[in-house]
Amino acid sequence: MSELDVKVVPDVETAGETVLKLEHLTMQFGGVIAVNDFSMHIDKGEIVALIGPNGAGKTTAFNCVTSVYQPTKGKIYFHGKEIGSEKLHMTPDKVTAQGIARTFQNIRLFSGMTVFENIMTAMHLRRKSNLFTQVFHLNAEEERANRQKAWKLLETVGLTDVAEEMATSLPYGKQRLLEIARALATNPTLLLLDEPAAGMNPQETDELGEFIVRIKKEFDLTVFMIEHHMNLVMDISDRIYVLDFGKPIANGTPEEVQQNPVVIAAYLGSEEIDAPVGRPPKAEESRASQPKQAEAPLQGASAPIEVAEGEEEVEEA
Amino acid sequence: MWDTIFPYLLSGISVGGQYALIAIGYTMVYGILRLINFAHGDVFMVAGIIMVYIAASGVPLWVSVPAVLVITALVGFLIERVAYKPLRTAPRMSAMISAIGVSYTLQNLVLYITGGLNKQYPAIPLISDSIKIGSATTKVVTVVTPVLVILLVVALVTLINKTKIGMAMRAVSKDFETAQLMGIKINSVISTTFVIGSFLAGVGSVLYFTNYPTVIQTSGAMPGLKAFVAAVFGGIGSIPGAVIGAFIIGIMENLIKGLDVILFKAGLITKPLGLAIFSDAFTFALLIIILVVKPTGLFGEKTTDKV
Amino acid sequence: MMKKEKKPALITWIIVAVIYAAVFVAEQVLPPTSMLFTVLKKGATYALVAVSMNLLNGFTGIFSLGQAGFMMIGAYVYGIFTIPVESRPVVYQYYDGGLIQFTVPVVVALVLAGLAAAFFAFLIGLPVLRLKSDYLAIATLGFAEIMRVLIQWNNMGPLTNGSNMLRLYPSFNDFNIKDASGNVTVYLSTLVPFLIAGVCIGLIVLLLNSGYGRALKSIRDDEIAAEAMGINLAHHKRLAFCISSFFAGVGGAMLAMYQTTVQAKFFTTAMTYEILLIVVIGGVGSVTGSVLSSFLFVAASEWWLRFLDEKQMIGNFEVPLLRNGFRLVVFSIIIMVVVLFFRKGIMGTKELPDLFRRKRKEAAK
Repeated sequence: MSELDVKVVPDVETAGETVLKLEHLTMQFGGVIAVNDFSMHIDKGEIVALIGPNGAGKTTAFNCVTSVYQPTKGKIYFHGKEIGSEKLHMTPDKVTAQGIARTFQNIRLFSGMTVFENIMTAMHLRRKSNLFTQVFHLNAEEERANRQKAWKLLETVGLTDVAEEMATSLPYGKQRLLEIARALATNPTLLLLDEPAAGMNPQETDELGEFIVRIKKEFDLTVFMIEHHMNLVMDISDRIYVLDFGKPIANGTPEEVQQNPVVIAAYLGSEEIDAPVGRPPKAEESRASQPKQAEAPLQGASAPIEVAEGEEEVEEA
Repeated sequence: MWDTIFPYLLSGISVGGQYALIAIGYTMVYGILRLINFAHGDVFMVAGIIMVYIAASGVPLWVSVPAVLVITALVGFLIERVAYKPLRTAPRMSAMISAIGVSYTLQNLVLYITGGLNKQYPAIPLISDSIKIGSATTKVVTVVTPVLVILLVVALVTLINKTKIGMAMRAVSKDFETAQLMGIKINSVISTTFVIGSFLAGVGSVLYFTNYPTVIQTSGAMPGLKAFVAAVFGGIGSIPGAVIGAFIIGIMENLIKGLDVILFKAGLITKPLGLAIFSDAFTFALLIIILVVKPTGLFGEKTTDKV
Repeated sequence: MMKKEKKPALITWIIVAVIYAAVFVAEQVLPPTSMLFTVLKKGATYALVAVSMNLLNGFTGIFSLGQAGFMMIGAYVYGIFTIPVESRPVVYQYYDGGLIQFTVPVVVALVLAGLAAAFFAFLIGLPVLRLKSDYLAIATLGFAEIMRVLIQWNNMGPLTNGSNMLRLYPSFNDFNIKDASGNVTVYLSTLVPFLIAGVCIGLIVLLLNSGYGRALKSIRDDEIAAEAMGINLAHHKRLAFCISSFFAGVGGAMLAMYQTTVQAKFFTTAMTYEILLIVVIGGVGSVTGSVLSSFLFVAASEWWLRFLDEKQMIGNFEVPLLRNGFRLVVFSIIIMVVVLFFRKGIMGTKELPDLFRRKRKEAAK
């Protein structure tokens, strides 16, 4: 499938209380349109997944939501308040202050700090003390409360035993958990997870799914995640949006999406999909021109997709 | 009015050309290694000192000038091998600190050798002679410099665009890692860059010190910084940009040196304001302005940085 | 919950107290002309400046080369506000005794020196702090050069004395307590710089250990992640820049006291480079390292390596190479070796209390 064949599929409204809403979001870097006319929304308490082949513009969409990039066109609303558009560019810290926290695809922990300090740093945002009271340690109460909260967060993700280790000395999976804990320390209402299961084995991935559902309840969160592990996506998502060549090509419940021929074609065209759970569609339905490729990836039912790339999107400073 | 301005303009063009020759070295190294070679101005100064000592040994001019250029190029080559190559995978800050260390070392070495005294630069026949152009009396070097600069730049641009090593340089400056994967010998490209840059700084030093005929260990610092500003002004990585930036800075600087006189002759002021001392400061003010308004300089390409 | 270990902090306090006591005693006992005191006074001054530079370069990840410029501002402000009124006609002999005709107490002048430097840092920081590492370095360096020229400008003469030096203001030796006949009873000329530097460095350490300190370190480690965690980059960078410059200004004032004269041409780029190299030798990101290496650097350059600058005879054999300037050559080589092969410096990112700490793992509950 070429870029031109991709049709934009409009967003479908749902009944809940909208937390995040994108309207015709478009992000262009020079001649490359990384995200193209993407409209979507997330309701309170939902887990919504954003999927799509590599380079489809998923992380770019995240970066627009968190104001790392200013959209070329379109608007972003959070709890009904505009937080980004072609005219409005907040700095990312302001967006975080609104209650959106995120993790990164290529883990970005503070390498010169311990696990515990990484969490403490994220609590700087909600400080009530000022420079003076902090320097002269007049904020003992707040500091104590923060330390307690940080410790609780470490308990939540099960990292108390490594609290004093340097963050980057942890194994990969634990680093991902730490990133989530750090994001939670900013008191978000919406949590953005960029490939939280990347590099994890099937068992770890299952555990991560349970973990995400658990923290969603415990911290009263709404979750928006990019993920390649289809099992995880299908298991825990309430709804799914699919991007291809930057355009939204499908959305709906996991069942609807995995039976959508356009989605299957998009994945097969780019030769990477973890098998959709459920009935595999007929080969000729999806891609008449490449029947051989249609078979192979559909069979391995549980093997996660190899995610080889470090940085996915076209990015520009 | 023109008669007042002309001599300043003339020496501006001359010194601008000399800055240009230094600026090329900065811009080429930055283009390839993304490193401000803080020691480059000192290489320029070392070239001056070498000339002083070679000339003192009594060898004829046709030996001493080429010898200076060759030795300067060699110095540049050695600096890269000793101080920058081991840090190629280190954070950028380390290489920059190393460059500052080299600058410190070269200055101290020259201080030791010369005893910290001003050394008289030898007069080079032909270009040291006086010449009268219109209302201004100047040295021949003033006229020779812009011509020589243009010739050298044309040669250099041809080298970069037409030869194999030039192509390799362009590849490396576009994408260091990919170029390496494509089998380009990074180290020889980088060495060539340093050799060319130092050679041109050597040429620049012969011209510069003919005009300002004493050399001391700190002689390279100011011209070096100005040439760097010129490179940034023109758009770092761009050779024509560096040359044009250098001429602009050279001319502006000299006009500011003469600003009191010019304003006085024009009847705008009645007593001198002592503005001449701002000729150096102007360069840095220009730098800060350009960095804020257009960080890529006049001809610089937009850099792509991964987030 | 986590428990903080008390013991390392206690040992550190004891060490600091012992050092201060030793300085005080040494000053009463040893002859005041001893080289030791030169080293201690200048070392304390450089320690403060190096730590202030480390706050930026090592802890916030801002590569600034404006330190000499901010020191110069501090030194001038101190000098301008403390020269006794009766001495002003002598100092400002070309400018009719100068513009300012009052003095303020030394402590107030020190604070003013810092505030002035911080104010200029704030102004220059507005445009400059948005720049990337190496551009920022060259822009701050340029700023220092501009300030140097501005201070020497003839029209600034009534305030700065132009290119002439400021002198006759209170220096370290004026802290010695004298009896009626002018004999010194208690020597404080070394202890006072230690106290000033100690208080200032203490404040910096408190800052680094606070939530703001963590925020600065997070910017150093990963700007994008820091911003995503809600840390306002512009605000915190500006804060670090102003605070660092404040203490550089105080350090400049101390340097003025140490040297007893101030002249703009003294605060060159080379001075900034020297301080940067001190920071690198001590360990980028270690306050303890910066302090140690300041004293080592000053001791080596002013005292221990002095012999390299003079002819030395071993029996009838004259040691070759030794003459004026050789010390600096040896020095440069040592620095290059550290920069190239011991990039962590003396301390790496460790601090004094870390040396008495059990393994991190055990320290956590």
